[in-house]
Amino acid sequence: MSYSLEDAKEIIKEVLEVYPEKTRKKREKHLGVYEEGKPDCGVKSNVKSIPGVMTIRGCAYAGSKGVVWGPIKDMIHISHGPVGCGQYSWAARRNYYIGTTGVDSFVTMQFTSDFQEKDIVFGGDKKLEKIIDEIQVLFPLNKGISIQSECPIGLIGDDIEAVSKKKSKEYDGKVIVPVRCEGFRGVSQSLGHHIANDTIRDWVFPKADEKSFDTTAYDVAIIGDYNIGGDAWSSRILLEEMGLRVVAQWSGDGSIEELMNTTKVKLNVLHCYRSMNYIARHMEEKYGIPWVEYNFFGPTKIKESLRTIASHFDEKIRENTEKVIAKYQAMVDKTVERFRPRLEGKTVMLFVGGLRPRHVIGAYEDLGMNVVGTGYEFGHNDDYQRTTHYVKDGTIIYDDVTGYEFEKFVEAVKPDLVGSGIKEKYVFQKMGVPFRQMHSWDYSGPYHGYDGFAIFARDMDMAINNPIWSLTKSPF
Amino acid sequence: MSQNPEKVLDHFNLFREPEYVEMFESKKKNFENHVGDAEVSRIIEWTKTREYQELNFKRDALTVNPAKACQPLGAVFVALGFENTLPFVHGSQGCVAYYRSHLSRHFKEPTSCVSSSMTEDAAVFGGLNNMIDGLANAYAMYKPKMIAVSTTCMAEVIGDDLNAFIKNAKEKGSVPMDYDVPFAHTPAFVGSHITGFDNALKGILTHFWEGKERNPNETINFIPGFDGYSVGNIRELKRVLSIMGIPAIVLGDTSDVFDTPTDGEFRMYSGGTTLEEAARALDSKATISLQEYCTPKTMEYVAGKGQETASFNFPIGVKATDEWLMALSRISGKPIPAELKLERGRLVDAIADSSSHLHGKRFALYGDPDLCLGLSGFLLELGAEPIHILSTNGGNEWAEKVQAMLDASPFGKGCHVYPGKDLWHMRSLLFTEPVDYLIGNTYGKYLERDTKTPLIRIGFPVFDRHHHHRYPTMGYPGGMNVLVKILDRIFDDIDQNTIVPSKTDYSYDIIR
Repeated sequence: MSYSLEDAKEIIKEVLEVYPEKTRKKREKHLGVYEEGKPDCGVKSNVKSIPGVMTIRGCAYAGSKGVVWGPIKDMIHISHGPVGCGQYSWAARRNYYIGTTGVDSFVTMQFTSDFQEKDIVFGGDKKLEKIIDEIQVLFPLNKGISIQSECPIGLIGDDIEAVSKKKSKEYDGKVIVPVRCEGFRGVSQSLGHHIANDTIRDWVFPKADEKSFDTTAYDVAIIGDYNIGGDAWSSRILLEEMGLRVVAQWSGDGSIEELMNTTKVKLNVLHCYRSMNYIARHMEEKYGIPWVEYNFFGPTKIKESLRTIASHFDEKIRENTEKVIAKYQAMVDKTVERFRPRLEGKTVMLFVGGLRPRHVIGAYEDLGMNVVGTGYEFGHNDDYQRTTHYVKDGTIIYDDVTGYEFEKFVEAVKPDLVGSGIKEKYVFQKMGVPFRQMHSWDYSGPYHGYDGFAIFARDMDMAINNPIWSLTKSPF
Repeated sequence: MSQNPEKVLDHFNLFREPEYVEMFESKKKNFENHVGDAEVSRIIEWTKTREYQELNFKRDALTVNPAKACQPLGAVFVALGFENTLPFVHGSQGCVAYYRSHLSRHFKEPTSCVSSSMTEDAAVFGGLNNMIDGLANAYAMYKPKMIAVSTTCMAEVIGDDLNAFIKNAKEKGSVPMDYDVPFAHTPAFVGSHITGFDNALKGILTHFWEGKERNPNETINFIPGFDGYSVGNIRELKRVLSIMGIPAIVLGDTSDVFDTPTDGEFRMYSGGTTLEEAARALDSKATISLQEYCTPKTMEYVAGKGQETASFNFPIGVKATDEWLMALSRISGKPIPAELKLERGRLVDAIADSSSHLHGKRFALYGDPDLCLGLSGFLLELGAEPIHILSTNGGNEWAEKVQAMLDASPFGKGCHVYPGKDLWHMRSLLFTEPVDYLIGNTYGKYLERDTKTPLIRIGFPVFDRHHHHRYPTMGYPGGMNVLVKILDRIFDDIDQNTIVPSKTDYSYDIIR
């Protein structure tokens, strides 16, 4: 690292100078420098974003429709309200799935009630009923419907729960889930995850309790993998090779049946803690299902995670796990051998959502790179505590970073790579800084699992060692 | 294990490897409670029928795959077209994250915009404090010359009053009293992004013009409208104006902000209509809108100030460009120079050269109302038939206008207009009345997949092809680009259809 702990603190101090005093006092609590041995990162989190600062955060609807519910492939998710929310989030998140879109799968479609002024004035419940009827006619193979509330729903007093119950009854107990994920609720996407988790508990699990499912001693569910670019698939394959039976994926390439299978598993394996710890905790309490967090970014963490997961099972699984690790070792070694020399010592600044601000650090380190700054879009205190296991002394930590802060931090620290989202990508590339989108994998992926690590390594190499970065300054 | 570090397999090929294919099959068979491939095939076939189409066109509550966005997106687009202006959207913050992502995914450029980040307490008490703090912070941090305010549906539903809020914020010292904060209410549950464009532009003009005396001069104002090709089109517009020597003001000039260089510096602001021009535009003798349906209220307002007005519909090709150039010549009193006449002739020449591949070809197209008019007119000129013309945000008045255009051409017979319909309607149409080509935005690729109608990408957004926004689609050169786009697809298609050795490759001709 080219700067000291004191330098880092000085950078933060300078950045804060731009703010009006009231805002500075608030923002300074979200910016910090990790000091070795401390129990957390010393920053405040999960509070309201400040108006006008250009937060990168989204909303509860994005957390529910965009993250948790949207990828469930055989259900229809209605963006309930005006047209925009569904339009901007339409197929943007790369939740891969296999199915016939429009017939038995619906992920990359935009179903909206397209609210007009009269719906605001007179309420949208009748329209919603009609929409459900029309869906039943035109999309007869749908296995369920979720109603993803946009801002107006909660403001105009619609009773989407009553509509859902009524229609579910009318359609033989069909799964119809009302989700109160209006965008103004909470402070970020995070509450939307929580609300979405709770609706699975309340509107799906009661139906699961009535169903039987033939179980085995090796049943697990993948929780919190959205299958971006196929992440859940390159993870699932490892679990299956270990001898486990993956009965559900939550929620990338997931189906309503899989959600229901899950209440009978032996272990829930949780990748994105932030967005799905709620349902994992609920299943632990109600069904006695233990859960374990894992990290499938980069071989070091994969190996650790595979062993942790295996430790919940018998000797056979543990032996298989060692075989799996051994099987992939040669490929891992070759990947590191090819890419590490090109990436050794390079520095990275991250700003992402969910689990990635900490989870990907190990993968970078496997390639000899150092993460010198990181932060969460919508993390909570427990995320920052977990982050301490990953970051090194002197790492700059920024919670809910503003456009201004991020730009200034990157200017001061001069990392070799920035990993963040589409809104940030072009800002930093203009500055001549190599960039990778770390939400969508920049349209690449998968990045999870051993197969994903090779792609991750290739992508970081092609970003950093792109010859165009040597041409950003004109010679004249 | 198929991964190979020497030749890395990513999602394009990795999942076609046998171990993954087997895994997918087992997942489907054992855990998804899938209905079965036979039933899926039966429904697929049913969705292609006239019976399905009738049911599909009967729906009046559900919208599926619409081709429109909401008002504030258009408002943000307008704001970005003014010098050093920061768009500020009052309401929930998630909306702003969406507008920024949406525009950046299309233009491959940064999109700067802030939100007043209203949450539950603001829903109860109103968002005044969010406005006060928001303006103060945005002003201090991003040092804009102007902050242009619009609203999300949340702020509209609770009835926040922008005029009063902004005044209040100025009194509290968020920004100086004389600082420019134009505003527009842009409810997402009325109209679409083009309505928001109109409201926001009218808001800016009102801000600069109200209470000012008009001293007419020879300048002409131009409003390009909401346009995914604004970079190419505005540059083309300016070129024409410079050739003709017309003193002009482009209102909402996004050609620079959506095309900044990579040279080591991030420019949050770049180019745009200057605030001085925005104010001075009151004195112009006329205002010309290149997209009528983006500007109804704005043009009414401008006309009310005593300016001559003229509106066009995304002029593409020969006739539409002729018409607007002649109007321009008439209004400015400047002749159309020989140089442009030459360009016209070159476009006619190109069309004549390629006519045999275009004549009688059947097209379906969809998009914003003006783009649909511009493209339909051009297709008719090519001797092609715009069989299905669909616009989710087009109304009945628009449909009549399109119909009149179809009626006036022998190639318009058998063509139909669909106002207020969506891409799921289009899917039915493409099955029951197939066409040769589809023109639309990126989302048309799902129609191409399902109906096998080759897609030509013209519209907004285009996320999955790069850099086309840098080239004009309006005017004679725009007509040339659109022509080439269409022809390239036609020729690619012909080649693909004739490429099988010893079966069809006798027609795999080297000269076409």
